[in-house]
Amino acid sequence: MLELTAVSLLNGVVYGLLLFMLTSGLTLIFSMMGVLNFAHASVFMLGAYFSFQFGRWVGFWPALVLAPLACGLIGAAIERYGLRRVHPKGHVAEILFTFGLAYLIEEVVTMLWGRNAVANNVPEIIDFSLFTLFGTSFPAYKGLMMAISVAMFIGLYQGLKRTRIGLIIQAALTHPQMVGALGHDVPGLFVLVFAIGSALAGLAGVIGGFMWLTQPTLAHFVGPIVFVVVVVGGLGSLAGALIASMFIGILQTFAVAVDSSLLDLLRVFGVAVDRKSPFYELYSIKVATAAPIVPYLLLVLMLIVRPRGILGTRDV
Amino acid sequence: MKNGSTLAAPSLPVTVTRKPDLRTYGGWLAVAVVMALLPHVPGLNADFGHSLLSQMGIAAVFALSYNMLLGQTGLLSFGHAVYFGLGGYAAIHLMRAINHGLPIPMPLVPLAGAAAGLLSGILFGAVSTRRAGTIFALISLGIGELVYASTFMLPALFGGEEGITANRTRAPALFGLTLGSQLEVYYVIAVWALIAAMLMRAFTRTPLGRMCNAVRDNPERAEFIGYNAQHVRFFAFAFAGMFAGLAGGLHAINYEIVAADAIGAQRSGTVLLMAYIGGVTHFAGPVVGAITLTWLQTSLSAYTGAWLLYIGLFFMAIILFAPSGLAGLIAMHRAIVRTRAFPAVLASYFVALVPALAMGAGAVLLIEMCFRVSTEAERGTQLRFLAVALDLSTPWPWIGAAGLLIVGFAAFRAKRGRVVAAWARATDEVAVERTHP
Repeated sequence: MLELTAVSLLNGVVYGLLLFMLTSGLTLIFSMMGVLNFAHASVFMLGAYFSFQFGRWVGFWPALVLAPLACGLIGAAIERYGLRRVHPKGHVAEILFTFGLAYLIEEVVTMLWGRNAVANNVPEIIDFSLFTLFGTSFPAYKGLMMAISVAMFIGLYQGLKRTRIGLIIQAALTHPQMVGALGHDVPGLFVLVFAIGSALAGLAGVIGGFMWLTQPTLAHFVGPIVFVVVVVGGLGSLAGALIASMFIGILQTFAVAVDSSLLDLLRVFGVAVDRKSPFYELYSIKVATAAPIVPYLLLVLMLIVRPRGILGTRDV
Repeated sequence: MKNGSTLAAPSLPVTVTRKPDLRTYGGWLAVAVVMALLPHVPGLNADFGHSLLSQMGIAAVFALSYNMLLGQTGLLSFGHAVYFGLGGYAAIHLMRAINHGLPIPMPLVPLAGAAAGLLSGILFGAVSTRRAGTIFALISLGIGELVYASTFMLPALFGGEEGITANRTRAPALFGLTLGSQLEVYYVIAVWALIAAMLMRAFTRTPLGRMCNAVRDNPERAEFIGYNAQHVRFFAFAFAGMFAGLAGGLHAINYEIVAADAIGAQRSGTVLLMAYIGGVTHFAGPVVGAITLTWLQTSLSAYTGAWLLYIGLFFMAIILFAPSGLAGLIAMHRAIVRTRAFPAVLASYFVALVPALAMGAGAVLLIEMCFRVSTEAERGTQLRFLAVALDLSTPWPWIGAAGLLIVGFAAFRAKRGRVVAAWARATDEVAVERTHP
């Protein structure tokens, strides 16, 4: 039991930190511009593909820098030449634009790298066991990922709190009109935030590409989860995003590991359910089978009960 | 429900549109005649054509139901396939029961789909319509994923990956209809599609339909004059769910199988594309979009592996350049077709057409070459494009395609001014006529 708990907890933390890397950028974008950026997970996927491609050309370490840079540039271009054009037509047009973009990026990735997963293997330099816990070895790239994620949180947090531009961004998160009235270049700020957010997604993609298969459906696989974290964490709150990521990461990892059902719980209390009873199938669902719906249940409940999330300052 | 009285309050001002007259009925009659004749038109008069028409009918009902939300009430949903799929499952289970001896004629099965769609619309609508905008979009996304993931947990009800199958021919015949041929299936779908379209059209003219528009445009004002915006959204949502369920029921009859993909995010995305490409501001827009996209899906996919990319590009072009969709484009041209400047508009189109074609050819060529190299490498480097044989291992096709794209784009930009100027003259003329009739 201790063994299971420890290993699950560790995996949950790893998954949660990866989710945080993935969503920290989106939290900034979403809270500042109110745009549900459906293309965020696609940029994450581009990060994975770029790291694979650059890794082949120039090696892993340069790729770790180049892939996020390329994603940042793409993000800036999306904001400057796409979103800004549709912005006057309202939020629906913006959401549809990013939705279409996600669709396009998936097809472009298919066009460039094929339909099957590319061989995006962990580079040898970080492919060793960091330590062994109850017989399960912990690979070094996961350690690197945790380090990057924690550094990212501290860097972003300090950047937003201590630097001048960070303070302006923070102000623009809650009062964009006022910041504009004070003479700051809010559209320029949007481009910057979009670029930073996309670069962070790209960075997450470099690592995420090792944990999951680098294939064109990757964006679709992680896309909805990203929104769950942002909503649960709350608008405009990095700390909220971190808490929500860890919570969902750990919750899902534990749910997958639990191999019992409502039936077993009832049996503990001495209640036996007949196989012929009408809801037998419902009772016999294993927690592990139900794991995929947990985040979405959380999303829907959160939006109904508390649309501002755990640490959010205002409603979605 | 307590708001029933508010919605039906007779003293509240409601825009009264002209009473349905001969023109309205004549229009529907013409649609019915066209729908009856279509499966006998050469090119569509074989099994392939009949099944294509059947798919279009189903898609049209589904897209129209989607537009009750997006176009009429301003609710952007990313989970509308939930109601389509649940309706489909209800219908397929009823079909199985009929196969086992329940004495109900098959053509009435879609009603079960509609009922299931309505019920699930009421259930999920109650929790998701409190707010519009982004919150609604997110809740619909969440519910979509939730229901999709749940289908795999209840295999007896949803059949897991393989889905649930039934037989549409093992049933009591109604007026000699046995649904043995695709043509009979088409006619069943056509009749239901026509009924559904007429009902949805009628819905837009009811006080509730008008209030949907009001809530879409200004919920605050709608509340000030005494309507509850949440209730209006809820009713629109439930009815949209009902018609989506009807489309799902038609799907069940047409394919005799319903699987989890009927509920999935992909289908929710497709219906959004259909409605938006067709045009959400016109009633017939989603029908145009459903027909266009269904046709593209079946015809393009036979020619190229990149068809999804083309559809995506098409969607982006509509969002950026024609946000009122194909129906909007048609309406725009209808407004100026009688002006004296219209020939100049047409002429400017022809001038812009040449560079546009060059640009398009360059882009298509590049896409096709990339797709061949990355996804169908086993077919070699020889590609035939518009009767021209190309060898992709040499740089020339790539340089040529890129050149076509760049030169075409530059020329198109240069000629764009002419189109814009001609349009400005035509719209000026319309405006002058309006003020000085």
